[in-house]
Amino acid sequence: MRRLLLTGLLALAPACAQTYVIRNGTIMTAAKGTPGTFTGSVVVKDGKIAEVGANVTAPAGATVIDATGAFVTPGIIDCHSHIAIESINEASVSDASMVNVRDVINPEDIAIYRAMAGGVTTANILHGSADAVGGQTIVLKMRWGKTAEEMIFEGALPGIKFALGENPKRAGNPTGGAVNAGAARYPATRMGVEDVIRESFNDAKAYKAEWDDYQAAVAKGEHPISPRKDLRLESLKEVLEGKRYVHVHSYQADEILMMLRVADDYGFKVRTLQHVLEGYKVAKEIAAHGAGASTFSDWFDYKEEVRDAIPYNAALMTKKGVVVSLNSDDAELMRHLNSEAGKAMKYGGMTADEALAMVTINPAKQLGIENRVGSIETGKDADLVVFDKFPLSDFAKVQKVFIDGKLYFDRDAEIAGRAAEEAEKKRLIDKEKAAAARTQGGGRGQAGQTQPNPEQVTP
Amino acid sequence: MAIRNARIVTVSGPVIAKGTVVVRKGLIEAVGENVAVPADAWIVEGDGLTVYPGLIDALTTVGIPSLAATAGAGRGAATATPAATAAATPAVRSMGPEDRPRTTSWALAADEIVATDTRIANVRAAGITTTATFPMRGIFGGQGALVDLLSDEKPSKMVMLSPIGQYAALATGGRGGAGFPSSLMGVIAYIRQIYLDLDHYEAVKAAYARDPRGMQRPEYDRALEGIAASKRLLLPANRLVEVDRMLHLAAELKQYTVLYGGLEAYRPEVAELLKKYNTPLLVSLKFPVRLADSDPDEPGTLRVLEQRDKAPSAPAALQKAGVKFAFYSDGIEQARDLQRAVKSAIDAGLPRADALRAMTLTPAEIYGVADRTGSIEKGKIANLVVTRGELFDDATTVQMIIVDGKKYEPPPAPVVPAGGRGGRGGN
Repeated sequence: MRRLLLTGLLALAPACAQTYVIRNGTIMTAAKGTPGTFTGSVVVKDGKIAEVGANVTAPAGATVIDATGAFVTPGIIDCHSHIAIESINEASVSDASMVNVRDVINPEDIAIYRAMAGGVTTANILHGSADAVGGQTIVLKMRWGKTAEEMIFEGALPGIKFALGENPKRAGNPTGGAVNAGAARYPATRMGVEDVIRESFNDAKAYKAEWDDYQAAVAKGEHPISPRKDLRLESLKEVLEGKRYVHVHSYQADEILMMLRVADDYGFKVRTLQHVLEGYKVAKEIAAHGAGASTFSDWFDYKEEVRDAIPYNAALMTKKGVVVSLNSDDAELMRHLNSEAGKAMKYGGMTADEALAMVTINPAKQLGIENRVGSIETGKDADLVVFDKFPLSDFAKVQKVFIDGKLYFDRDAEIAGRAAEEAEKKRLIDKEKAAAARTQGGGRGQAGQTQPNPEQVTP
Repeated sequence: MAIRNARIVTVSGPVIAKGTVVVRKGLIEAVGENVAVPADAWIVEGDGLTVYPGLIDALTTVGIPSLAATAGAGRGAATATPAATAAATPAVRSMGPEDRPRTTSWALAADEIVATDTRIANVRAAGITTTATFPMRGIFGGQGALVDLLSDEKPSKMVMLSPIGQYAALATGGRGGAGFPSSLMGVIAYIRQIYLDLDHYEAVKAAYARDPRGMQRPEYDRALEGIAASKRLLLPANRLVEVDRMLHLAAELKQYTVLYGGLEAYRPEVAELLKKYNTPLLVSLKFPVRLADSDPDEPGTLRVLEQRDKAPSAPAALQKAGVKFAFYSDGIEQARDLQRAVKSAIDAGLPRADALRAMTLTPAEIYGVADRTGSIEKGKIANLVVTRGELFDDATTVQMIIVDGKKYEPPPAPVVPAGGRGGRGGN
C-alpha cells in the first residue's frame, strides 16, 4: 500500500499545479512532423505543456528538474486494461450492455499506482470478454489519490466492449457449450456470437425508432408518454448514433471480418479491434473500415484461437495503414508497456519513435483523445514520464510521472517513504499482538462476569 | 408503575440526578425530580439505579426467525448468504432486470414478525427494547418495521411503525445458475433500471387513471409497487470508495437514502461526503477483529490493519464532524458482546452521551419516530432500561427492561469467557 507515501507526496506538492522545467533531457515527443527525438527541455505550466524544444524560456519561479542523461516521453496510454474496477464481467447474460464499469471504479486499487509507476498515465478500462455484447467502458487518468469521478478522462467518449470467439461462447456456461444442459447460456458457437450481436442491434434499431418517433411527436407539441428507457438498448443506441466507441475483443481473421461486416450492415464503426492476433492476415480490410488495432507484442499460444499468431503482427498491420497500439490486458504487464513497445523494434524493424507511438499517440488516436494526450506538444496535457535510460529497454526505470502537470510519482520519494510505511505496519501489528495478550491474560479474573454459573454447567 | 429516587438519563434533556419516572398504560406518564408517585403505582425503589430510554437496534432481522442465519451478512456484504439468496432466488434463471431478480420489495417485515424469535430475549437483555427489523434478503429485500421487543404477545402489538423503508444489498448470485446479475456492476445497473422503470410505470399509470378509454391497461408490477412505497432506501457502504459510490447512486436515483456499514468512517472523507449529501449512516457494531486462528505470518495489508485499528474510532470521528449516525447490531446477539462493542467506540473517543444517543434518539429521528420514542419524555412510549452502573460498562448489570410499559428481567448472563467474542476460546 502506497497510501502513506501518497500523503507525503501530496504534502510536498501544492494543490495547484506547479510550474516545472524539465531540462536538458532526451525528449521523445511521439509527435508527427517534428524531429521525434532530440535533446532539449519541456516547460510545464498550469497543467499543460507550455513549451518544448532545444531551447526554452524558463518562467520565473519554475521548479527545475535536471534531466541530463535521462529520457522524457509522453505518458503511456494503455488501450486495454481491467484495473481500477471492482467487477469485470457480468457473465450471466450474453448481452450485458446495461452494465457500466464506471459504476465500480475503485480509485484505491493499488494496481493504479503500480501502473503509474510504470509510466502509464491513461488507460481504457474495459468490461471483460465473457459476453458477445459486453458492458460499457471508460477512459481513466491514473490520478492516484483522487476520487472515482475525478479519475475519469473528462471529455473522452465512453465505449462498449464486444467479444468474439471462445470466451463469449463458453464463459458463464457451466457445461462448456453443451446444449440442453440446464443453465447453459446461448451462444455456444461462433455463429451464435454473431447472432447475438445482430439480434441486439435489431432490438437497438427498433428502440431507437421508438424514441425518434417520440421525440418527433414532442417536437410537434404533442404530449405522448415516453417509451420505457432500457439501459441495455440505450448504450447500443448510442453506438448507432456515434456517441459510444465499440472495442471488440477478437483473435481470428474470420471473426474479425464477420465483425466488420456486421458493423457495416448496421451502420456503425468498430473503433478498435482488441488483441486481434490474426490482424496481419486482414490488415487491409481493417484499415479500410477505419478500425484501430490494439494488440500484444508477443503474448499468444495460450488457447486454441491464438495459435496462428506472430510477433510481427503490430509491424505488419502498421505497414498496411492500420493505427496500431500495444496493450496490457493485465495489471503486471501494464507496468512495463515501454519494453513491450521495444519488442517491436526487434520484430518488424520499427524505429524507436514508431515503437513508442504504439503506447502513446496511437492509443490516444484510438480513444479519440489525441488532441489532449499522447505526445509532447505545446498545449497538450502535461502527462510526462522521465526514464533514467532509453525507455524502450527492459533496463529503463521510471523516475518521475506527471499527470496534468502534477507530480504523481517520484521514485526517490517512493523509496524514501518505504521505511515509514513499514514502521507504521509494524506498529499496528505489535499493537494488535499486545491487545491479544492482554485479553488472554488479564480478562479472566474479572469479578462476577466470567465465572461459570454453576446452574448452567451441564454435567 | 413508578421508579423513584433513580438517576434518569433522559437523552432529550439534562440528566436528572434523582428523580421519578411514572409509567401507565404503556406510556411515560410523568418524569422529573419532583413527580408525585400515584397512589395506585407499583413502586420500584431506584436508589443506585439508572434509567435510560430503551435502546434501538437500527438494522436487524430480530423478530423474523427464518432470517436468523443471515443477520451477520449486514455489514454491506457484497454477496448475501446462501440462505438469503436462496430464499429470494426464483426457480427460473434471471436473464435481465425485467425478471426482477432477487427482489421481494413488496414484502413487509411487519407481516413476518413473531414474538417467538429466540433472539428477542437475548438482545433485550442488552437493553434493546426496539428494533428496526428488515427482511434482509437478496437485492431489494422488502420493507422494514419498527418493532417493540415483547414476548408472549401478538405481532400486532409489537409493530410500532410499518413500513419504515426498503432494505437493499448489492447481492450477486455468483457466476453459477442464479443468472443476472452476477457482478457488482450488474447489481448497480439493475438498481438503476428498476428506478427508471418506476418512473415510467408511474407515468403510464397516471395516464391510464386520467383516461383509460382506448389505452392498454398497464401491468401490475409488485416489485415497483414495493419500491414506490419505500420512503427511504438502505444501501450498504463500508469503505470510503463504497460510500462515495452509493451516495452518487442515491443522488442519481433521487431517492432518500440511509447508508449502513461504515467500516472506514474513521476516514475524514467519509464524514465530509455524508455531510455533503446530508445522509445518515448506520454504523455496524461488528468491528473487525483479527481472528484468533488466522496465520500469524499474514498480518494483512496496511489498509486491513488500519481498518481493525481504527474502525471503533469511526463513531467518534462522525460525532465530531456532526454526521447523524446510529448503531446497529449486525448480527451480534449476546448482550455482553453488544455492550463491549459500544464500549470500544467510547474508549476510542466517542462521548458516552453520544454513544447512548446513537442507540436511542438518533435512530428514532432517522426513522421518523422521535415524537414517540428514543428519549424519556412525558407522553412517549414507555421503553426503558434500568441498570446498576453506567450502561455499556462491563461491570454494569441490567436490572430490568420495560417495553411498552411491560417489565422484563434479563435472563441469567450466559457463560462467556472474558474477551471471548468468538466463543469459548482457549479452553
